[in-house]
Amino acid sequence: MIRHFAWIDLFYLVAALRWTLALTGVAFVGGTCVGALIALMRFSYLGPLRFLGNLYTQVVQGTPLLVWIFALYFGLAIFGFSVDAWTAAACALSIYAGAFLGEIWRGALLAIPRTQWEAGASLGLGFLHQLRYVIVPQALRVGTPPTVGFLVQLIKDTSLASTIGFVELTREGQTTTAATFQPFSVYLTVAGLYFLICFPLTQWSRRLERTFHVTR
Amino acid sequence: MNGGRLRSLLMAFQRSSALGIERVSYQFEFRDVLAYWPDLLSGVAVTIMLALLGMAGGVLVGILGATAHLYGARPLRIFATAYVEAIRNTPLLVQLFIVFFGLAQIGLRLNAPVAAIITLIVNVGAYATEIVRAGFQAIPRTQLEAGHALGLSGYQVFRHVVLVPALKMMFPALASQFTLLLLATSVVSLISVNDLFYTASIIQSQTFRDFEVYALVGVVYLGLALACRSGFALIYRRAFSRR
Repeated sequence: MIRHFAWIDLFYLVAALRWTLALTGVAFVGGTCVGALIALMRFSYLGPLRFLGNLYTQVVQGTPLLVWIFALYFGLAIFGFSVDAWTAAACALSIYAGAFLGEIWRGALLAIPRTQWEAGASLGLGFLHQLRYVIVPQALRVGTPPTVGFLVQLIKDTSLASTIGFVELTREGQTTTAATFQPFSVYLTVAGLYFLICFPLTQWSRRLERTFHVTR
Repeated sequence: MNGGRLRSLLMAFQRSSALGIERVSYQFEFRDVLAYWPDLLSGVAVTIMLALLGMAGGVLVGILGATAHLYGARPLRIFATAYVEAIRNTPLLVQLFIVFFGLAQIGLRLNAPVAAIITLIVNVGAYATEIVRAGFQAIPRTQLEAGHALGLSGYQVFRHVVLVPALKMMFPALASQFTLLLLATSVVSLISVNDLFYTASIIQSQTFRDFEVYALVGVVYLGLALACRSGFALIYRRAFSRR
């Protein structure tokens, strides 16, 4: 019995949206940890650390996210780990987000003039204190708008987790399509829900960019 | 050392490693996967074709979109903005499903490669619109006036004052967009267009060498992306740095 795309399906889609948001949240936290590490490594005075940071960024930015998701989900089993869809998707997205956030934050750190570091040093602050009290507060203004912009990218990329059976918005859309045979209405609704989440963030990112640009 | 002693040493070694039962041992076998090299090669060709067609169409759409946005009448401008925002705030995968599965429901049945190319063009078009628009907007009006004041003709002003500096500004953004597109094309495998990633999943299902397949394909994508990046850097230096 084929049923029609009805209000109840819309509720299911909205309910699935929370898993999209949860996955985005986990990936953003993971990506923040990896990204901060990579940004600092690429900013370091030590050659090998810089090299490793650059290598990581090049490799991750040069491979499709889909390869990471599949490699972690199907590939890791040979090392004796059984990986569920949640873990695989969260890890793949964290690895991926780490490379891009690392790049964004390195740029933000580089945007602060060297003299600011020197001013911090002449006040007797150590490296970490210079970073904490002088550089990061200023770098945040440069780094926040693109970070919010990347968050939009990350939300959209969680749709790829549907490929390994992680039930989020896109996957729920596929399930609904299978039940109703109305892909046009279902996927337009799915797209609409993504838009409702992403568009305000895009606008916010733009507004941040404008305010920070004026005050700089 | 004679042959007999060597053999007994080897046997002792084998016996000792056979005792370590807990150790999970896995023999990497890239040969099974590499045996599919003709399929992989045609997958690479399809991926590159998709990226080239998507980019070429996308830049055309981008030029149209930016023109509509900058010089069009109000309804046209609103339409261009709506298009850009709608595409940039929804996932490529969902766009692909709308074009491939959705349009079939309302009577427009496309085959998978056509649906894939249309989706990629529409997707890249939105990003290209922003890039092209930013490029043209970055030329201040006073530059045009300065060009006219120097006695350049309208065409000369467009060619030397607007087009070349704008292209120089757009090129890096468009180049990185192309690299992103090249990697994003892997999504079309989900509607069974036989690109590189689709080939990988076929090989996976035939050899069960999951890790090897995705590692290898990852390396191939990486090679393509790095080749693009250095190629574009070379073109940029050749084309723009002398000016």
